[in-house]
This record gives sequence, C-alpha cells and structure tokens, in this order.
Amino acid sequence: MTAALAIDRLEVVFDRFRALKGVSLEVQPGESFGLVGESGSGKSTLLRAIAGLAPVTSGGIAVDGRTLGRGRDKAFYRQVQMVFQDPYGSLHPRQTVDRLLQEPLAIHGVADGERRIQRALDEVGLGNGFRFRYAHQLSGGQRQRVAIARALILEPSILLLDEPTSALDASVQAEVLNLLEEVRRRRKLTFLMVSHDLAVITHMCERLMVMQNGEAVENLAASDLVERKVTKDYTRNLLKASEGFVRA
Amino acid sequence: MSTLLDVEDLRVTYPTRTGVIEAVRGVSFQLGRERLGIVGESGSGKSQTGRAIMGLTPPQAQVSAKKLAFDGIDLMAASPRERRALRGNRIAMILQDPKYSLDPVMSIGRQIVETLRAHERVSKAEARERALAMLEAVQIRDPARVFDLHPHEVSGGMGQRAMIAMMLIAGPELMIADEPTSALDVTVQLDVLKILDKLVAERGMGLIFISHDLRLVSSFCDRVIVMYAGKVVEQIKASELRNAQHPYTLGLLDCMPRIDADRHPLPVLDRKPEWAA
Ligand SMILES: Nc1ncnc2c1ncn2[C@@H]1O[C@H](COP(=O)(O)OP(=O)(O)OP(=O)(O)O)[C@@H](O)[C@H]1O
Ligand SMILES: Nc1ncnc2c1ncn2[C@@H]1O[C@H](COP(=O)(O)OP(=O)(O)OP(=O)(O)O)[C@@H](O)[C@H]1O
Ligand SMILES: [Mg+2]
Ligand SMILES: [Mg+2]
Repeated sequence: MTAALAIDRLEVVFDRFRALKGVSLEVQPGESFGLVGESGSGKSTLLRAIAGLAPVTSGGIAVDGRTLGRGRDKAFYRQVQMVFQDPYGSLHPRQTVDRLLQEPLAIHGVADGERRIQRALDEVGLGNGFRFRYAHQLSGGQRQRVAIARALILEPSILLLDEPTSALDASVQAEVLNLLEEVRRRRKLTFLMVSHDLAVITHMCERLMVMQNGEAVENLAASDLVERKVTKDYTRNLLKASEGFVRA
Repeated sequence: MSTLLDVEDLRVTYPTRTGVIEAVRGVSFQLGRERLGIVGESGSGKSQTGRAIMGLTPPQAQVSAKKLAFDGIDLMAASPRERRALRGNRIAMILQDPKYSLDPVMSIGRQIVETLRAHERVSKAEARERALAMLEAVQIRDPARVFDLHPHEVSGGMGQRAMIAMMLIAGPELMIADEPTSALDVTVQLDVLKILDKLVAERGMGLIFISHDLRLVSSFCDRVIVMYAGKVVEQIKASELRNAQHPYTLGLLDCMPRIDADRHPLPVLDRKPEWAA
C-alpha cells in the first residue's frame, strides 16, 4: 500500500539551527498519526515543512507516492490542509466567516462554493447564523470550528492538525475532538496530529511518534502507551508527568 | 491565614449597542499565600476576573465591587498611577495569549531585560545574566540562542515560557497566571509549576492559577473556584475535586479524554439554564 504521507530523513535548518535532524515517518491512508514531545522539539516545524512553510535542506516528502518539490502547487492544497496551533492568530479577526470560507474557493476556482460552505458549516456545527459574523466576535472554540471548516472546504484527503484543542476548555475540546473523529470517519481522512496531551493522542490516534530536540525518540502504537509498553526514558517521563503535579 | 487579596461581589460589565454583557457577575473570594485555582469553560469570566484585579479592564467596561483589596490597599479607590505602580512590582499577571502579549519587534531577551530594569537598578550585564538564568529556569534549551530570537521565531511553548520568565523576574507578591502552561509539554509544564510552587512555599507569594485542565488544577492547587456564566458555582478543596457536588464541575471532569479509557464519542456538557441563575 502506498503511504498517504511519507517523510524521509527530513532536515530543516533555521540560520544555523537544526530544527529537524533527519526525521522519518509514514502515515497510511485513513490512519490517524500522533506527534508528541518536548516543546520546541520540531513538531510544528514538521507539519509546516509538509505544508511548504519551513526551510527544508534535505530529505524527502511524498504524498500518495508523489515526491514533492520545493514549491507547493494548487493541487497540493486540495489534497493537504493544515489547522494551526493558535485559533486566535490563524484567522483574520476583521473578516467574516463567509469571507474566510470563500477565499480558498476563489483561489482554486471552485464552482459549487455555496454547497460546500453550507456543508462545511453544517459539519462543524455552526449554523447559518454564524456565517456573517466577524472572527473577533467568536469564542475560541467557535474560531477553531471555523478553522476546521476552512480546512475542509477544498475537500482534502489529509489534515495536518497542530494542537487543535490546546487553547480550548475541556468541554469545547471534547466537542472539537468528537467533530474531528466524525469528519474523519465520514470523509475517510488521514490525520497527522500534534498534541502535548497524551490522553488526546491515545484517544484520537492509532500510532504516534515521540519527539525530542529535533529527533524521533520512538514510534509506538497508541495501545502501547495505554499499556505503558514504552522503551525510552523520555516517553516514560512524559507518561509520569501526565498524571499531574506531585509536591516534593 | 493572612489575607493577601479580598474580593467581594466583583462585577464587570460591557455596555454594547445590543445591551450589556455581564462578564463577571458578583464574584467573591479571599486569597492567602496559597495556590487558588480558577476553572470553568470558555467565556465564564476567568480572565475578566483576573484582569479586573490587575486593573487591566478596558476603559469602556465598568468594574464594581463591594470590596477589592490587596494587602489592605483599597484597589477601587486607588488612582491609575498607584495601580500601575502595583502592577509593575507587587502584582503580576501572565496573560493567556503570549504571542499577543509579547512585543513582536523586540527580541525575547530584551523584553525580559527591560522588565527587570524597569523596577530594579541593575547594570546591563547583570540584567542579561539574570534574564538568561530565568530562561534557563523555565527549561528553555539553549537560552543564549533564544535570548536573541523574536517572538515569531520561537515555538508556541517557548513563547509562553518567555512570558512566564518576564513576569517572574519582577518577583511579585501576587501572581495571576492565566492558562500559563496550556502550550507546554507535560514535563516542562511540571517544571514551570515547580517554580511557581516554590515561590508560594518559600516567598509566600499568592497565586491565582487559571486553567481549563482540571486534572492539573486538582493536583497542583490548594483550593479551586469553579466559574460558570460569570459566577462562582462551587468552591472546593482541590484534592476533593473528584467529589464535587455541582453537575457542571462533574461534567467538566468527565469530558476529558483519559489514557486508559476508550470513550467514543466523548461525553459533552449538557448545560442547564438554572446553572446560570
Ligand atoms: N522562523 C524561525 N526562526 C528561527 N528558529 C525557528 C523558527 N521557527 C522555529 N524555530 C525553532 O525551531 C525549533 C522547533 O520549533 P517548533 O515550533 O517546531 O517546536 P514544537 O515542537 O512545535 O514546540 P511547541 O510544543 O512549543 O509548539 C525551536 O527551537 C524554534 O526556536
Ligand atoms: N472587550 C469585550 N467586549 C465585550 N465582551 C467581552 C469583552 N471581553 C470579554 N468579553 C466577554 O466577557 C465574558 C468573559 O470572558 P473571559 O475572557 O473572562 O472568559 P474566560 O473564562 O477567560 O474564557 P477562556 O477560557 O476562553 O479564556 C465572555 O462572554 C466574553 O465574550
Ligand atoms: Mg508547536
Ligand atoms: Mg480566558
């Protein structure tokens, strides 16, 4: 089977700083794959490199068996979409939801825009009442729903999700996670998802990679994490820390 | 327990064209030299409560309180100048959105240095040393590199820690930390909490810890206030959170995914109108 996403010994360098040091990874079609690890370890950089937004110095990225060059063409963005870490910064506050959703449709010259906007808003649970609201008038959870709707509107097959719920409260997080599972099932999507919350990753993903300092520490099945079958100390520390604060 | 902060019937309202928005509707609590958690869903008034205590409510809003006192100082009667002086020195707030709170055109290091030099007379060289030490304390790898980076060049969690370093370097007596660790991986999160914990235990700082992570709050704080629709619906010992009475608190606890429980879909809150009454 051809992997939906294959990353081969990827290197990203900012000035002289190596943010990714030869990271490899394969995600199968329809799979949900998680990335966890240290803050600053390169998780966002990995997603951004796939989206063509980080300075790749060597290594390869292939989508459905097609190796990507430097630039990303329109066809790429119809196939791969990204939801960013920060729901406050990723949507222009002075644009209406309608404008935000129209924009990718216009860029890609999509004909049945009206149907797609209706469908996307429906899917993320925002009724038509929200369509002409400005982004700054929405709560964090509502904004993240708009960001997901915007990512879905070109009907991609792969979603890159960077901490899609870390800025949301527990109740809204549950709603957004349920929503993501639902659209993945319905649209048969492939997910590559970053979260620092191990419980979110085991809930959403089948397999995961643990990262530290620009490198992969280990690859695991989510069930390994649940059963504490891990081999590296760093992963063990993450599991321990997930249990909460312990006063010395 | 000596009282550091006394809040009684705090209200924050925003007049708008379509009516008033009551962001905070009569919140009361006292804070000693302890860790007080504030939890509650998005929009429940947590940040607005913190900002009102800081004196950072925007001018179009109205703040009222029967009592709002910090270390015996009546904050409602204090002049804007007195409040600014308190903010620079004795009271600090880690704002929820680090990317917006940091100055985008100034390097991380310079922002910390300027904060330090704004309230302590130290040489440039010493300020730099202390800023680097503070970045190291919040577990930034390679502080010397990060010192020179601008906010858009650091990861989400690094920006958040830069903000924390900036607030800690002033050595406040009251710290309001608004979702200070939401972008951090769990091990760094605990390191940051250890620093805050030490300041409470050793220096007697009072800490208000605003968070949506109920698990973290229950293990870290002494007491917890649960807010809903601008009001406090429950106050409880943090260690007793599991035995909370209010269905809203129980609902919030229940909707979090757990590593060892397979629940698809996750339960969601079924909000009742009477909770807001
Ligand atoms: N534009 C940039 N210029 C310089 N360095 C950068 C830039 N973007 C990222 N980096 C560096 O790359 C490293 C990895 O950052 P990245 O955002 O990928 O981390 P992350 O794993 O997503 O962390 P977090 O969990 O905190 O979001 C960091 O050390 C960061 O400073
Ligand atoms: N400038 C403003 N104008 C009008 N209403 C506002 C303004 N700022 C905040 N509010 C309202 O005040 C209420 C409380 O907001 P607050 O930011 O305190 O919520 P919160 O509990 O911190 O939520 P979150 O978990 O999302 O940070 C919300 O309904 C919000 O819409
Ligand atoms: Mg990141
Ligand atoms: Mg808030």
